[in-house]
Amino acid sequence: MAMPAVTPVPDAIARRRVPADAAMLAWGLALALLLLIAAGFSVGSEGWSFDWAGDARLIEQIRAPRTIGAALGGALLGLAGAIAQGLFRNPLADPYLLGSAAGAGLGVTLVLAAAGLLGTAAGASIGAAAATMGLRVGLVGAAFAGALAGVALTLLLARGAGRPMVLLLAGVVVGVMLGALSDLLISFSPQALRGRQLFLLGTTAFLGWPNVLVMVLVLGLVLPLSVALSRALDALVLGEAGAISLGVDLGRVRLLLVALMALATGAAVAQAGLVAFVGLVAPHLVRRWAVVAHAGLLALASLAGAVLLLAADVAARSLIAPQELPVGVLTAVIGGAVLLWLLWRRTEAET
Amino acid sequence: MAIDIGRAFFRALAACALAAVLGASALAAPIIVTDDRGVRVQLDAPARRIVSLLPSLTETVCALDACDRLVGVDRYSNWPQPVKALPSLGGIEDAPLERIVALKPDLVLIAESARAVDRLEALGLKVLALEPRSHADAQRVFGSVAAALGREGAGAVLWQRITQRIAAAKQRMGSGWQGQRVYFEVGSGPYAASEASFIGETIRQIGLANVVPASYGPFPKLNPEFVVRADPDLLIATRTGLAEMPQRPGWAGLRALRQGRQCGFSTDEFDVLVRPGPRMGDGADLIADCLAALRRTLP
Repeated sequence: MAMPAVTPVPDAIARRRVPADAAMLAWGLALALLLLIAAGFSVGSEGWSFDWAGDARLIEQIRAPRTIGAALGGALLGLAGAIAQGLFRNPLADPYLLGSAAGAGLGVTLVLAAAGLLGTAAGASIGAAAATMGLRVGLVGAAFAGALAGVALTLLLARGAGRPMVLLLAGVVVGVMLGALSDLLISFSPQALRGRQLFLLGTTAFLGWPNVLVMVLVLGLVLPLSVALSRALDALVLGEAGAISLGVDLGRVRLLLVALMALATGAAVAQAGLVAFVGLVAPHLVRRWAVVAHAGLLALASLAGAVLLLAADVAARSLIAPQELPVGVLTAVIGGAVLLWLLWRRTEAET
Repeated sequence: MAIDIGRAFFRALAACALAAVLGASALAAPIIVTDDRGVRVQLDAPARRIVSLLPSLTETVCALDACDRLVGVDRYSNWPQPVKALPSLGGIEDAPLERIVALKPDLVLIAESARAVDRLEALGLKVLALEPRSHADAQRVFGSVAAALGREGAGAVLWQRITQRIAAAKQRMGSGWQGQRVYFEVGSGPYAASEASFIGETIRQIGLANVVPASYGPFPKLNPEFVVRADPDLLIATRTGLAEMPQRPGWAGLRALRQGRQCGFSTDEFDVLVRPGPRMGDGADLIADCLAALRRTLP
């Protein structure tokens, strides 16, 4: 009765590949990540240059935090995507599903609109220092708070995480409503439009060491905790009744996982904006390659997400250097191509 | 044959006489203006009820002393003061057609790239699609708008005033700033104004150099590292943009930031700088005033 097509893990388990797949994938992704980090250190506004000693200051201050930050942002999104897909037992789930994207967008728009007001008359009296604090701390903080608030609102509307379908619908409603609110705000303070668009596209251009620190802390918190909860995700593969019969306290676990997912997503989008597609594609990449339980899937999806976003960042910097392409556009292109290729490979194998 | 010529002659004579009479009563022959699409727009009389859907065009109409002929403007038009009281008609993507038609304009001024151009024309309105992107464009647009207003020649006068003010601004800045390399940020992408933009043209005309060459296109999105490498002599941005710069990775060491060689402008002032309209002379003045005050930072 249950359609195997929407529950990807049983399908994978049914094929019973050797676990060596997972090890190979882990090594492959780790190697790719290392190569991309080296590339990230070597590509700047002058294109490629491998004189690391000569560029030391630029690497230390700009390229290193940007490179590591992009990888961490991707890892957080990949992890959040894997949690979302396990939680909803749906391969189309992504980290932005429960209102975090729209919430973060609204937060950013609010701050930009307020900054616009300050910029006109009051700004002169408040002074530049205050404006800086407001804008810099404000944008990151507002995106983070907005993402969490969006998810909290979704949970409130769905009356908890007990019914996944209701939760999904509430997420869609919150997404649409908060998005509309942002649009409304824009129509009253049009100067916020450009900043908001940058946020929607995602950008890795200004990632610094403080951003890296925040993301390291959040990843260090969310990855172990979600791995610890991964048995519940494994049990969920058998369906809700199955999970309950295995003794999983579904309501509590779901709530915890939603919170972890919101935390990871909020941290990533606050630093890098609404990067498209990484959270959706990363778990697919892992699942199509290897048969793993959720503990492995979560870790590998983080790694795959890191590789995807860093690859996009390196491409964004290098393709038309010293100009930049919007990194979110590239993740969509790269991620979309990867997803299509995976689907194509799979249908090929089945026929 | 001879009769034909004679008849044509008389007809021409009669037409001339008629035109003279009508001209005297301010009902001149039709005005024909070619817009930026290359479309020849024919107006039976100088435009009296004008809708403008681009701030620089709104400002041009007002600078040509025809502010009272505007009946509606887009939501971004905020100068001069009187236009804020006019009906606000959306932006480049969401112009409300019904409201525009209800205002019964005899001329709509609109950006060439706006989606509404074809729809407005299909609704029977006279549409002049103009999109100033450079100084030369602005000069041409002044001429076109002046012609549509029945004030042929006023466009050239306006343009001359602007070039004179830019030249005066250069004088006032003092020679110390000549050739100094500027980074002009139009948005925190970071997006810069390169030598190819109209802002770049103004910058060049007041004697400054630009760190962003024309080959990158008018408003390129730069790798932030480019600016750190270029280490410009002078930074120009919005006040908030400038305040944000020291927080960006690697930017705190910029020479211009450490030595305070920076011009931060309020949103209203920045509007003056980033609109290719009649206030380009004021824009040059803004920069010149800032630089005159910063003269002590020069070596």
